Amino acid sequence: MIGTARLRRRRVSASLGAALTLLCALLAAGALLVILGYVVVQGIGAVNWAFLTQLPRPVGMTGGGVGNGILGTIIIIAIAAAMAIPLGLLTGIYLALFGRGTIPEALRFLSDVLSGVPSIAIGLFAYTVLVAPLKHFSAFSASFAFMMLMLPLLVRTSEQAIRSVPQTVREGALALGMSNFRATMRVVLPTARPAIITALLLAIARVTGETAPLLFTAFGSQFWETNPGRPMAVLALQVFNYAISPYANWQAQAWGGALLLIVAVLILSLGARYMLSQASRRLES
Amino acid sequence: MDEPAFRRIARFVSPVDRGFAAVVYGGSALFAVLIVGLFIELVLGSWPSLRAFGPSFIWKSAWDPVASKFGALPMIYGTVVTSFIAILLASFVGIMAAVFLADFAPRWIAAPLSFLIELLAAVPSVVYGLWGLFVLAPLVRTTIGPVLQHLLGWTPLFAGPIYGVGLLTAGIILALMIVPTVTAISRDVIAAIPRDLREASMALGSTKWETATRVVLPAARVGIFGACVLGLGRALGETIAVTMVIGNRPEISASLFAPSYTLASVIANEFTEATSAVYISALIELGLILFVVSIVVNAVARLMIWSVRGSRA
Repeated sequence: MIGTARLRRRRVSASLGAALTLLCALLAAGALLVILGYVVVQGIGAVNWAFLTQLPRPVGMTGGGVGNGILGTIIIIAIAAAMAIPLGLLTGIYLALFGRGTIPEALRFLSDVLSGVPSIAIGLFAYTVLVAPLKHFSAFSASFAFMMLMLPLLVRTSEQAIRSVPQTVREGALALGMSNFRATMRVVLPTARPAIITALLLAIARVTGETAPLLFTAFGSQFWETNPGRPMAVLALQVFNYAISPYANWQAQAWGGALLLIVAVLILSLGARYMLSQASRRLES
Repeated sequence: MDEPAFRRIARFVSPVDRGFAAVVYGGSALFAVLIVGLFIELVLGSWPSLRAFGPSFIWKSAWDPVASKFGALPMIYGTVVTSFIAILLASFVGIMAAVFLADFAPRWIAAPLSFLIELLAAVPSVVYGLWGLFVLAPLVRTTIGPVLQHLLGWTPLFAGPIYGVGLLTAGIILALMIVPTVTAISRDVIAAIPRDLREASMALGSTKWETATRVVLPAARVGIFGACVLGLGRALGETIAVTMVIGNRPEISASLFAPSYTLASVIANEFTEATSAVYISALIELGLILFVVSIVVNAVARLMIWSVRGSRA
């Protein structure tokens, strides 16, 4: 009798435990849905054609948009990617092809360290290197900070992607008389391409909403600025400034901007997921 | 991983390959220089402050830019308390969710749930801040705060006026932001625990819950602890969301409802307004502290995760 009571207690606690784990998983996933819901409901009203294409208006005037911030975000990320891709790929190739010994291990460790450095510290670095000596804020310094934020992911993924290209494929190319350079450029990198594009999309998604380093690099602008040597408007920065402002009109625009950021990040994440499925399919075939 | 074979076959001897190798070495060297440069620049930038205040910078609590008095203690306190609240909340929820995803859920539920939780990690910091400022902070002021005060108001932790913005609100926002990190890595660590262990436990008559809590979790505990430390590392350096909901006041108060400041948020808030050289330098020194702490925390976390999962985290 005691035995069955004990068994029942154990079964009940097993069910309760399973329910607890389910509850926690739902809580974590539900948090995303709640935040997404708020951003969509609050933000959708602010988003229209003028919001996407116009300049911000001064305090007191309604209307206006974040067009310059969207343009600035694209310019700054494009420059950052143009710097991060070659540097990340070269380091990835180095680690994959020459990757044994103390120096490559140290480089991997440094890369991991960089991925854990808070973005605000990287912003300070960009400030001391590119803003303080020139005595003015610039979009390029923001691109530099974004490059630093993108690099660890690009280095890690390109190394793994190049390593995962079967040795026989590389040897086949070499046996046909290709140089290592040609074998890498024409055979290895194309095979690894989907995985590298996945990493690039994720890296871009990461910096799209990044705000902290922009405060003292890109700084922000009220105009259609396209010169990377000057301060530039950025969408994430506009969302931050509008959110902490006391004006209802600006706060509404902050929700609209947040909606744009979320949509951009979701599209990039889904794109990355799609590329990843392509990558695994290519390796199977 | 059979590089020796590759090296034997493929020496970089032709002129093209020598050039290629040189470019590859050069790029990697530049990458290394950038990371080392980051550290050196932060030290150089902090130099005036390091010279003026010495090590006492860390335990002095006055932060008065007008009088050029700078001490980091209030910010260190705020950073530690908010991160601690975050890890307390996120580790429980994250680990339980990971157990569900790895051991309890059927695949067709686990896959979309994992995806949703991972998307939570992709939401930009400024969006969390916006939500925290306009939804969570009022909720803390009108509901969560009064309830906690009613139940636990006799402790200094939950005493005093409730502003809405403050340590507790920042801690909750941080918890939301690091739950995906804790969940995803714990799930991977749990999934890496050998099947035999589970089967042996079930064969002895354990329920699934007993297997999970008394066999699998203890076996995975080092890796899970590493996942939590990695989450902690994220929480320590998180800037924008915290800046928006912590109230930005350089004071040390026992109450979790009180406004405070963190290392990262004081930099975000005051850097562009800093006028004197020593003020800017003091802010950079806060960044240096943050940098060093985050390196230590991340290194510890990664070592722990590797030890269980057997690969780079």
